[in-house]
Amino acid sequence: MIQDRTTLVQAREEAKKTLDSYDCRILVCSGTGCIATGSEKIYEKFLEIAGDVPGVTLEFAPHDEKAHLGVKKTGCQGICELGPLVRIQKGAETVQYTKVQIDDCQEIFEKSVLGSEIVERLLYQKGGLHCKRPEDIPFIAKQTRIVLKNCGKYDAESLEEYLASGGFQALEKAMFEMDPDQVIAEVDKSGLRGRGGGGFPAGKKWVQVARQKETTRYVVCNGDEGDPGAFMDGSVMEGDPYRMIEGMILAAYAVRAQNGYIYVRAEYPNSVARLRHAIAILEEQGMLGDHILGTDFSFHLHINKGAGAFVCGEGSALTASIEGSRGMPRVKPPRTVEQGLWAKPTVLNNVETYANVPEIILKGADWFRTIGTEGSPGTKTFSLTGSIENTGLIEVPMGTTLREIIFDIGGGLKSGAAFKAVQIGGPSGGCLTSKHLDVPLDFDSVKKYGAIVGSGGLVVMDENTCMVEVARFFMSFTQRESCGKCGPCRIGTKRMLEILEKIVDGKGEPEDLDKLEHLAHFVKDRSLCGLGKSAPLPVLSTIQNFREEYMEHIVDKSCAAHVCKAMRVYAIDPEKCKGCTKCARNCPAGAISGNRKEPHEIDAAKCIKCGACMDNCAFGAVYVK
Amino acid sequence: MLDQSYYAKADEIIDQYGGEPSALIPIMQAIQGEYRYLPGELLTYVAGKIGVTEAKACSVATFYENFSFDPKGKYVIKVCDGTACHVRKSMPVLEALYEKLGLSKEKKTTDDMMFTVETVSCLGACGLAPTLMVNEEVHPRMTPEKARELIDQLRGGAGA
Repeated sequence: MIQDRTTLVQAREEAKKTLDSYDCRILVCSGTGCIATGSEKIYEKFLEIAGDVPGVTLEFAPHDEKAHLGVKKTGCQGICELGPLVRIQKGAETVQYTKVQIDDCQEIFEKSVLGSEIVERLLYQKGGLHCKRPEDIPFIAKQTRIVLKNCGKYDAESLEEYLASGGFQALEKAMFEMDPDQVIAEVDKSGLRGRGGGGFPAGKKWVQVARQKETTRYVVCNGDEGDPGAFMDGSVMEGDPYRMIEGMILAAYAVRAQNGYIYVRAEYPNSVARLRHAIAILEEQGMLGDHILGTDFSFHLHINKGAGAFVCGEGSALTASIEGSRGMPRVKPPRTVEQGLWAKPTVLNNVETYANVPEIILKGADWFRTIGTEGSPGTKTFSLTGSIENTGLIEVPMGTTLREIIFDIGGGLKSGAAFKAVQIGGPSGGCLTSKHLDVPLDFDSVKKYGAIVGSGGLVVMDENTCMVEVARFFMSFTQRESCGKCGPCRIGTKRMLEILEKIVDGKGEPEDLDKLEHLAHFVKDRSLCGLGKSAPLPVLSTIQNFREEYMEHIVDKSCAAHVCKAMRVYAIDPEKCKGCTKCARNCPAGAISGNRKEPHEIDAAKCIKCGACMDNCAFGAVYVK
Repeated sequence: MLDQSYYAKADEIIDQYGGEPSALIPIMQAIQGEYRYLPGELLTYVAGKIGVTEAKACSVATFYENFSFDPKGKYVIKVCDGTACHVRKSMPVLEALYEKLGLSKEKKTTDDMMFTVETVSCLGACGLAPTLMVNEEVHPRMTPEKARELIDQLRGGAGA
């Protein structure tokens, strides 16, 4: 039990001692990505191997002379693409292994754990680079980690390790050296802005909640990360759950809230499990519940699982969902800070925002402001995906340019393809193109170019991506997720989708583009909530940046990226065709003719563009004109 | 008519979540977790027990995508069609599964109740796109070919 400040300090000292006592730690990444590539089995295997070696103890045993080894599951180590990831840590030296398979475990154990050799073939290697330590890898070296500080270094499930890493020092400082108003003042001064997309200053919300007459108050965490292509919050929840919870406890202390809720997407089973586990441990230890650290401050934390509605990322929809109703936004004001959950004053921030708070309290607002830009202090996590060499989770100072992220950290485009655009902010955002490579990514700059930082999904697109189809994709998403409460969003997104579908189907008419723009502005200006207001952004932004591509689809009925099925014209290269007849036999429309052992031909009039010929050709002779 | 055991299970779940009206969603999630779908009779039953109207319970259950009144297969396959998966060609994976299992956008579950195929907007493993999830397990870097093999494997495993 950690019942007061003294026991907390003791527990931290003990935890540090345990941490220092390890001769070696095997850190297996257990982020969603690495689990998908099989890291759980790697973890089991290391446990099994370690258990069989005489003289090695897995548990902490004080005064024990034997070698002391830790096999730990950590949060996301970052380079998801190269998983399963394993780090071997001895004192201050850490070796990063990539793409570790079951068969590699024995060798790693013998060479790097028992011995001090390196298994060269499992190191990170790219373009002549050969990196031993994680910090040698450009992808990691160029990041600044606050929120993801512990990810990949400590056991994500262990309170002991969180304490050893300096965890709950901020809470200790706040509760014993600061009064609630000072905590609010510090967060306000830090300029921390909501990381969920809007960028509203977190401190301002806290000030407003603290000012309410009503004394029943709530702290709610929005972990309903629904943007397709974004997984930062999920990584924080599963990789360092205690940090985010500490941030929430700090918020509760600051605004004097008694209860808190974490709303997590149901599609993140790992996050739900880790948070549940962390909450149970903290309750058992007395760090959550009544009389935290022996004071009269009590705070209870609950978890709510989402049920598959994107709109619940909107504040008033989210609180409605926690209350057990349909997740539909309501008209504001009153705002969430005045009447949020159960119509009580509520602090609603997102996962990453809360995860920033402990460091701000510990190191101070002035320190926080040295990172990032004047208007957007601190760092931002991004999930870097799409057509890029290094996909994964990154954290960089606000104001880092797209060029640095894509080329220095991300390693440029996959297989050297040409950069076309990056989609930022998901279905509520827009695209940035090569013109914008040197725009600093912060809340205000990005907005000027018709996009938003959003929650932090960055999907890189190359010349093989059709921007019209991307716009259609996002519109079909928001249309499906529209809750139906207000007309502009419910009907407007449907009509916009129909026009976009018509265009990618090769049936677009010249006036469609104007109609689309007109509707987009209508939906943007008149929808009730953020979902509807931002739904047209992907369309407006692609029209703004790729108007010609729209025109090609509408006028020339052609898709340069060969993505839009209806516009593909299949042909057979007579040089490559061996006349095997396989394509003709597989064509469901009977559109292919030719004699055996002679080049075949496709009758474009009969072709239904199904692509069966291309899939079946063993010689790569079928191509799209 | 549902077997009595269903109601007993529902009682157990209601107790676990405390029977407040606000517990409607977690209770329905637990029931669906148990039976892989939400039997309509149980929804009515739960509504009565926790004091919400049947209309309200129904409106909530139909609002959220995760609730299903139709029984689902033993393996629920969710093909990710998030942005990253979409640009890395997730649709051919979905089409391959549809073709292999004789399913479509309208018919989501096989007649033998083995497989349900759905799409999902993001599984959070974008670094390994395209992905899909079988029950709660994420499978990375899918291709139509790998998806077809996966079905064979699951079928084989089920027989054993």
